[in-house]
Amino acid sequence: MPDKPSSKLLVEKQYFTFAEPPDEMVLDSGARLGPITLAYETLGTLNKDRSNVVLILHACSGDSHVAGYYSAEDQRPGWWEVMVGPDKPVDTNRYFVVCSNILGSCMGSTGPSSINPKTGRPYGFDFPMVTIKDMVRAQKRLLDHLGITKIMSMLGGSVGGMQVLRWCVDYPEMVVSAIPIATTTRHSAQAIAFNEVARQAIMSDPNWRGGNYYDGPGPDHGLAVARMIGHVTYLSDESMREKFGRKLQNRSTLSYDFTGDFAVESYLRHQGAKFVARFDANALLYITKAADYFDLERDGANLLVNDALAHIRFLVISFTSDWLYPTYQSRAIVSALKKSGSNVSFCEIDARWGHDAFLMPSEQMDKLIAGFLDRISHEC
Amino acid sequence: MNADGDLLKNSRFDLQVIASWITPGARVLDLGCGNGDLLYLLKQEKGVHGTGIEQAGTKVARCIERGLTVLQGNFLDEVHDYPDQSFDFVILSQTLQQVMAPRELIPELLRIGRRVIVSFPNFGHWLVRLQILGTGHAPVTDQLPYEWYDTPNIRVITIKDFKRFLRMIGVRLAREVAINTHHHDQQGHIITWLTNLRATYGIMMLERPA
Repeated sequence: MPDKPSSKLLVEKQYFTFAEPPDEMVLDSGARLGPITLAYETLGTLNKDRSNVVLILHACSGDSHVAGYYSAEDQRPGWWEVMVGPDKPVDTNRYFVVCSNILGSCMGSTGPSSINPKTGRPYGFDFPMVTIKDMVRAQKRLLDHLGITKIMSMLGGSVGGMQVLRWCVDYPEMVVSAIPIATTTRHSAQAIAFNEVARQAIMSDPNWRGGNYYDGPGPDHGLAVARMIGHVTYLSDESMREKFGRKLQNRSTLSYDFTGDFAVESYLRHQGAKFVARFDANALLYITKAADYFDLERDGANLLVNDALAHIRFLVISFTSDWLYPTYQSRAIVSALKKSGSNVSFCEIDARWGHDAFLMPSEQMDKLIAGFLDRISHEC
Repeated sequence: MNADGDLLKNSRFDLQVIASWITPGARVLDLGCGNGDLLYLLKQEKGVHGTGIEQAGTKVARCIERGLTVLQGNFLDEVHDYPDQSFDFVILSQTLQQVMAPRELIPELLRIGRRVIVSFPNFGHWLVRLQILGTGHAPVTDQLPYEWYDTPNIRVITIKDFKRFLRMIGVRLAREVAINTHHHDQQGHIITWLTNLRATYGIMMLERPA
């Protein structure tokens, strides 16, 4: 159904602040952090017995604005508008959707660009290292605050999928079902490698200045290059061949200089510039590091193989052309969950868009998620 | 008759037989579950906790959309992850004739399931015998519709041979039915005498010896 202007779903960004000193949150690293603010948005209505909660976990550079509009004039819907909304697969007529910005980010939640109450200046690199587990720990505090004790389903792709898995490991008693999408139990060397190149691009920008750049120009060029690298890993050979091929940008002959001849160059530069306008370089450093640290199989013990997860219903989804988190990594999740005795479904969707496929419109994914959620809503 | 009853009546006859053997509320694994017809039937009729394994992505998607638990993969690989006795019934419906190593598979299925239900087209059927004897051609029948060069069926099984195989690998035959039907038919009947000659399908329930 096309969105009519009058039927625009309006949402509001809200904030929850907790862990006020001296009760700071103790992080994985042992450092203490507080106060912590999480930006979050909700859609739909919480039912009487609070059993229709769907928690959405966003990926690396996402935010709490999962769907809907901030005002009637707003032209830009949330980042997963294709999936979430009235009569969408995550149907806000039926489910109460919660999405919060991750700890360490810069889209309203506490992160390195936030003011350090001890100095009155942005944290910069004084911000403590946060992990996926820390992000989930903070989300748990938010749900406690909202009075939610059971999550009917949680879903997220990529780094969002890592949070889904972490939730299941850390708070299994709260989770009825989970949909980890295009994700992994641990970053591969390849994924770490790309993240490290992105980080080096930022940290070698002279404007980065050890992370304390908030009073002057930021490391815009480094951040743009980091995004360009990231973007390549989100696509696929096939999708780039189809979208760009060797097409030239606004010219018919080669320039024989370095202004950028190819459409793919122009596209990446555009993506980089767009990203600089909305994202903080330090936040990207912290979040990519958290993703690299993520490992549910450390020391040979797979945290997903655990009887405590046996009651959770899983739907694991991967994409054929995703080479950042290839299907074998989703199969490893499935394999571990089978050993736990969990009820697990798995589908590899045929898609050519690479890792980004999870954000693209897909009839098959829509049906999978709608069918799964419908089943869970009848079972719980 | 209620809708659920119709669901059973309108199912393939061999699936009706298999469904009749499944106890209510059982944990069931269906190998090569296709579009999930049997799992759906068992869920509706018997309230089972079912899981299916299917290789074709579009069929898997159809199953999950129907609210079934199904995972995409080759069941020969997928079965190994399950802990011992994870299921009350493991169903291998009309797939055994395509399995490369049944001698390894059947014991593995009896490790993860208390009982294994196997159905397969009977190569000992008189029409098959007659074709090879009378015409000298490799048999092509309703149950075995392929030419020698495009058949996925790499194992030629008769009801008699399969029973001998079970004795050889030390597996108990807990229950057996031989039926005569085209496998897409909702109608069929049970054969009680000269089964290896007259039945088009064998359906057997296997157990480990006590």
